[in-house]
Amino acid sequence: MAGADSDLVAALRSGDEAAFARIVSEWSRPMLLLARGFVSTEASAEEVVQDTWLAVIRGIDRFEGRSALRTWVYRILVNTAKSRGVREHRTLPWSSLSPDEEGPSLDPALFQGPSEGNPGGWRTAPEAWPTETAVEGSVLAGEVRRELRAALDQLPERQRIVLTLRDILGHTSEEVCGLLEISQANQRVLLHRARTAARLAIASYVERS
Amino acid sequence: MATALACQQMVELVTDYLEGNLGWLTRRRFEKHLRACDGCTRYVEQMRETLALLGTVPADTLSPEAQSTLLDAFRDFER
Repeated sequence: MAGADSDLVAALRSGDEAAFARIVSEWSRPMLLLARGFVSTEASAEEVVQDTWLAVIRGIDRFEGRSALRTWVYRILVNTAKSRGVREHRTLPWSSLSPDEEGPSLDPALFQGPSEGNPGGWRTAPEAWPTETAVEGSVLAGEVRRELRAALDQLPERQRIVLTLRDILGHTSEEVCGLLEISQANQRVLLHRARTAARLAIASYVERS
Repeated sequence: MATALACQQMVELVTDYLEGNLGWLTRRRFEKHLRACDGCTRYVEQMRETLALLGTVPADTLSPEAQSTLLDAFRDFER
């Protein structure tokens, strides 16, 4: 077990309340976001996170340190969230992609057809975004972030979960594949479609405002 | 030399490009297209901006009540 983890695990096993309070406060934010991918409401996601922490309290003595503590906690979260999702009749066929996930990710009408001058070329090139879109702390960047959060809720759940783990929480593709038990190929397709949709959400917002 | 990539193919390759998953030949064709195409250059740039913005999406945490319930459960757990 890595040094920082072994200190933390020892603290948790000995009942160190400050240590527990600290990880609950630091890790619950990403956990809630991840849980929200699997279940249908914010309240349900809160319960998944709470149940996960209760399982951590009960199970910390059995943690063997074969993965990082955080990964172990996340795995409990994913299992808890998955079984909760099943109870809510949300089925997640992680092993195969649906037909609509294999076609083009962007509307073909954006590109010229076979009989036009430049088949497959942009019909109209993407519009430029105002520079303040990318400026940290600008009003527009704040609005765009809220818009992105809303767009996330509209994504098919597997895409939302992969995008959340990769691009919001910053996990590697290896970590995501391991956590969700999906192939690299499927992870890439889901990530690609989700990113394409996220960019489109920003583009639509920026062009509207 | 293989045929040039169309813009419609470029947008489907952009994730693999940014992830470093393209084979060297496809990467060369991708970059060659980028040098000649303002639309795709802008698209790739916007995709990078999208990723930067995704990294800053606001997220809620557990309510203080839920956190204190958990702390009680931790305190009361029989070790």
